[in-house]
Amino acid sequence: MNKKAIFFLGTGLSSIVSTAQAAYQLNLRAPVTEIARQIYDLHMLIVYVCLAIFVVVFGVMFYSLYKHRKSVGHQAAQFHEHHTLEIVWTIIPALILLVMAIPATKTILAMKDTTEADMTVKVTGHQWKWEYEYLGKDVRFISNLATTQDQINNKAEKGENYLLEVDNPMVVPVGKKVRVVLTADDVIHSWSVPSFGVKQDAIPGFIKETWFRVDQPGTYRGQCSELCGKNHGFMPIVIEAVTEDKYNAWIDSKKAAVAAAAASGDKEWTKDDLVANGKAVYEKNCAVCHQASGAGLPPAFPALTGSKIANAPIFGADGKYLKDGHLDRVLNGVRVMPSWKALLNDVEIASVITYERNALGNSVGDVLQPAQVKAAR
Amino acid sequence: MSTTTATHHDDHAHDSHGHPTGLMRWVKSTNHKDIGTMYLWFSFTMFLFAGGLAMLIRAELFQPGLQFFQPEFFNQLTTLHGLIMIFGAIMPAFVGLANWQVPLMIGAPDMAFPRLNNMSFWLLIPAAFLLLTSFFVPGGAVAGGWTLYPPLSVQGGMSVDMTIFAVHILGISSIVGSINIITTIFNMRAPGMTLMKMPMFVWTWLITAYLLIAAMPVLAGAVTMLLTDRHFGTHFFNAAGGGDPVLFQHVFWFFGHPEVYIMILPAFGILSTIIPTFARKPLFGYASMVYATTAIAVLSFVVWAHHMFTTGMPVAGQLFFMYSTMLISIPTGVKVFNWLATMWKGSMTFETPMLFAVAVVFLFTIGGFSGLVCSILPVDIQLQDTYYVVAHFHYVLFSGAAMAIMGGIYYWIPKWTGHMYDEKLGKVHFWLTTIAFNVTFFPMHFTGLAGMPRRIPDYAQQFAEFNMISSLGAFALGLSQLLFLYVVIKCIRGGAKATNQVWEGAHGLEWTVPSPAPFHTFETPPVLK
Amino acid sequence: MSQNTKNYYLPGPSFWPAIAATALFLLAGGFAMALNNIAPGKLLMVAGGVIFAYLLFGWFSEVIGESISKVYNKQVDKSFRWGMGWFIFSEVMFFFGFFGALFYARNVSLHWLADAQLLWPGFVASWPSAGPAAKEAFTPMAAWGIPAINTLILLSSGATLTWAHWGLMKNNRKQLAMGLILTIALGATFLFLQAHEYAEAGFTIKTGIYGATFYMLTGFHGLHVTLGAIMLTVILIRVLKGHFDSHNHFGFEAVAWYWHFVDVVWLFLFIFVYWL
Ligand code: HEA
Ligand code: HEA
Ligand code: HEC
Ligand code: CUA
Ligand SMILES: [Cu+2]
Repeated sequence: MNKKAIFFLGTGLSSIVSTAQAAYQLNLRAPVTEIARQIYDLHMLIVYVCLAIFVVVFGVMFYSLYKHRKSVGHQAAQFHEHHTLEIVWTIIPALILLVMAIPATKTILAMKDTTEADMTVKVTGHQWKWEYEYLGKDVRFISNLATTQDQINNKAEKGENYLLEVDNPMVVPVGKKVRVVLTADDVIHSWSVPSFGVKQDAIPGFIKETWFRVDQPGTYRGQCSELCGKNHGFMPIVIEAVTEDKYNAWIDSKKAAVAAAAASGDKEWTKDDLVANGKAVYEKNCAVCHQASGAGLPPAFPALTGSKIANAPIFGADGKYLKDGHLDRVLNGVRVMPSWKALLNDVEIASVITYERNALGNSVGDVLQPAQVKAAR
Repeated sequence: MSTTTATHHDDHAHDSHGHPTGLMRWVKSTNHKDIGTMYLWFSFTMFLFAGGLAMLIRAELFQPGLQFFQPEFFNQLTTLHGLIMIFGAIMPAFVGLANWQVPLMIGAPDMAFPRLNNMSFWLLIPAAFLLLTSFFVPGGAVAGGWTLYPPLSVQGGMSVDMTIFAVHILGISSIVGSINIITTIFNMRAPGMTLMKMPMFVWTWLITAYLLIAAMPVLAGAVTMLLTDRHFGTHFFNAAGGGDPVLFQHVFWFFGHPEVYIMILPAFGILSTIIPTFARKPLFGYASMVYATTAIAVLSFVVWAHHMFTTGMPVAGQLFFMYSTMLISIPTGVKVFNWLATMWKGSMTFETPMLFAVAVVFLFTIGGFSGLVCSILPVDIQLQDTYYVVAHFHYVLFSGAAMAIMGGIYYWIPKWTGHMYDEKLGKVHFWLTTIAFNVTFFPMHFTGLAGMPRRIPDYAQQFAEFNMISSLGAFALGLSQLLFLYVVIKCIRGGAKATNQVWEGAHGLEWTVPSPAPFHTFETPPVLK
Repeated sequence: MSQNTKNYYLPGPSFWPAIAATALFLLAGGFAMALNNIAPGKLLMVAGGVIFAYLLFGWFSEVIGESISKVYNKQVDKSFRWGMGWFIFSEVMFFFGFFGALFYARNVSLHWLADAQLLWPGFVASWPSAGPAAKEAFTPMAAWGIPAINTLILLSSGATLTWAHWGLMKNNRKQLAMGLILTIALGATFLFLQAHEYAEAGFTIKTGIYGATFYMLTGFHGLHVTLGAIMLTVILIRVLKGHFDSHNHFGFEAVAWYWHFVDVVWLFLFIFVYWL
């Protein structure tokens, strides 16, 4: 108790001392698209108008508080109506609102216009990661939080982009109109990039659209902006805007990676390789719910250590995978457990299952080959 | 039966006879003053509890990184803080004030339905119990935000069901209570008190009661659909079956937006009562106050989707809801200007209630302006679900509703207890609250503009400084409320004897009865000249 | 007694409200437990239900006793009218929420789903619909069979109830009782047909948005008809006991209002759920 108080006081004081250097950002982030610029200007307009009203109105009030005090001997007047005045202070605010509504309407119309896009990216929100699919390009990947658990749990120094960094950023060319179609897999998420003036909810089962055109190369960051469960605070969005050449090169490299993965799926894997690879896959994709140790967070997220499903056979006597078996659960999901069919490739699924059966306190001893996963799809 | 009724009729003739004492006095009470007192204590308890949760939230957000709680527990804190503050603290406090003051102000012997009045109160207890014990069921309390959006709330555990039933029970309580208030106001005014002579507080409550009756059943419907989606296989909010998660948001906010005015209109009524008293001048623009209140109430039913600007509504819907939302500023502005004109050329003194009233006018307007900023749709795209919104609604809810309630309590407590409160401590409480409040919530505008999402247990380092300031302010704010508790208890225990009139500039029937107000008042209706 | 009629009647301390809170607490808590398979849940619900029934019986008996002993004056009577009126308004708003859901699904969300070809290839918006993931076709409810008959039944029950009211005003107790009996019989027939319709239905509450809106709307309406019929029965018993006279019969009127409200809700149901 006392220690905590001292800790708070101490950190409080040091924060006040460090105030001088700290970057206190007071306003919207610097805009890098036309829409974001319009929003920025609109916001400034409204703030100035409100400030002006505020100063006038409360100027009057404080004047009155000061002058019309009983202690300075002011006598109360007894008027209680003044029709002209009342009409005036109804009409003037109406006019002020009109002044705000006109530019706002223009911006809304521009924001909503997703036609004539140069490219379309489908973005899907998952608990708790984003999936990006470049429509017509065969490029599709998952983007996970890259900040380590140690940083989050104060066991390691926090990096510069703490909580705002991902393993696979979305890459877009500058100067192109990018249409984004959004959906979600489980619950509502919201895809938000403040510098672009973009925030759009991703709603499961529905497609919602937005768009942006970045004018400067750079790395832009945002965060999921709709409460989506326990790791809502840990699903950032990172976008790299690059020149068109670099963008094309990036697309090619992504395609090559997919091809390589498919090729490695055709070969026979050793158990050790699968387990080693599976650990990485597990920690990236599964540990948020089932925990790195496999203990889960019952009752919401079951433990995999000792789990009936993870210790039972995968395939039945007929050679088909068992319903409600391990592979079925991972491929197809059930209730809150997501389906990984579309998100992970054969190698990844094979390795993560093999890992779960031979680590995390389980020791079934068997191996699932990527080829078997491929056949099961 | 007839024998019981005979005794009943006797006991309001002479107080001493037949009234249960001790606990049963409260359990069986049909007296508006006792029930009002119970409401107020309930509300205060819930305020401290939900405030305690806020302290935990602020402790976790003191620094980046996870300090004390896991994310899932943090979400439970946020959700229950919001739910309990709204349904457990602010709303019951207003009902408590209405119970005490409405019959006194209109010269009625009691509420129209005294037994139902008691029921409205006692229903709060099981509802609160369901909410509070949900922390201890498997999976913990609800963690989907006070707005309970599906599909997230479909995923949750048993606590979601408990919350749904709590909302049902609270709904019944509010609806019955509102029917009672409307009936009391329409049917039990003293002869000669026409509608346009009613005190402003009574007017605002009348309109609030209408909002409640229209809005609460819709919320009940919304959570009922949630329940059947969770357990009975319906597809209201599930795209696979042709439903839509956004449908819930529409139904919820159809209730939710009127709800926020339910929490501010009675506060406006309190301001309209306090300011004339301490300005020693009649309320300016009484008629336009009534019309403005009505206009706010009517408009409040057609603006709900401003909470859904980022859901991707068609452009026509977006424009409609932006315009209608902006319009609410006009009648609200009328109220602010009328209060100013009431102060103008008055003869003002600044006892604690007046300090609160003036601060509320000032701070609520800040909250109103930030609301207006949110209502400008393109700007809201940047602000939706950020701390800017958190700043906005604490300015209207804490420095609007909660501080108005505090002002009202200071204003009326001499009438209730017969003692003056400790003026010096009251002022200290006021200044501490006002300063700490601004230290807590003003920086949230900045973190919000810079893009810090709400409902997160951990944040990027660029937000660290402002969050630390907010947290320090919040701890001070929390401690200041303990002082409030002390002042109230001290006043109940004793203090300078209050006169009937209490305040030099006070007008109205409640000031014609003794202080403390006797158990029964106005058994024969007073006649207004 | 006579002085009571001068002043507004204020009941003395009462235990009923606390009992009401207890009953609802047991019902709600028990239901929450039952839904999550926690053992004593159902038991608590039953207990809550019993207490609730006891409460309704006891509280209403007390009010009826007060009414008969004439402690209520004109002003109290007026309070009851205001109270009942706004209670019915709150019920209207409750149904409004569900109708809103129906309109929204039909006119908005289904069209958006049909636009989302990326997710639901081949889905076309039409009504009735069980949504884009529905596997089998189903037969929706036709308007012109039982529902149309039920409409006639409810409409005529409104008429018989008014006829009973006329009887009461003319002090024709026989007409009053007959009218009530007819109304209750019509209500029961309605419920019977509705149950039959449910039993024969070609879909369930799980059949997408159509099933959900259909069963929620008609189900809540049916619940209200049941309640109304029970209240009418109570009134009938009171009539047979000789309660009410041509001036003083708010209990009767309140139930009649309620019955007419249930009637009107049905008309909307018939039009928007069955017909269009
Ligand atoms: C007491 C409660 C209360 C009150 C009174 C208000 C009042 C207003 N609110 Fe607020 N609001 C909330 C409680 C309240 N709100 C809550 C709880 C939320 C968040 C819910 C959640 O998501 O959890 C919210 C969220 C919220 C949003 C959604 C933000 C988002 O999630 O993105 C919006 C958007 O339009 C909004 C707008 C407004 C407006 C325009 C008003 C107006 O009524 C304000 C009008 C007042 C003034 C403007 C000041 C006085 C006027 C003058 C001095 C006249 C001159 C002025 C001009 C002409 C400009 N509010
Ligand atoms: C209705 C009114 C109301 C009031 C009065 C308050 C009061 C406060 N609120 Fe609250 N708040 C909401 C309504 C309200 N809030 C709502 C609706 C939400 C949204 C929820 C959601 O997102 O779903 C919210 C969300 C919210 C958040 C955002 C959380 C998040 O997004 O993750 C924060 C963060 O700082 C916060 C802080 C505070 C603080 C510091 C106070 C302070 O004013 C509190 C003052 C402190 C006290 C009154 C306590 C004093 C007592 C003690 C110190 C004793 C301690 C203990 C016990 C008895 C247990 N609130
Ligand atoms: C969003 C959270 C979440 C993520 C991420 C997740 N799971 Fe699960 N998982 C669940 C939940 C919840 C269940 C329980 C489902 C049920 O039965 O309702 C579950 C169940 C399982 C089961 C069955 C365990 C049992 O005994 O019931 C296995 C095996 C499993 N998950 C494997 C995985 C693998 C492999 C991954 C990563 C590739 C993964 N999970 C990622 C939430 C998650
Ligand atoms: Cu995803 Cu919040
Ligand atoms: Cu609103």
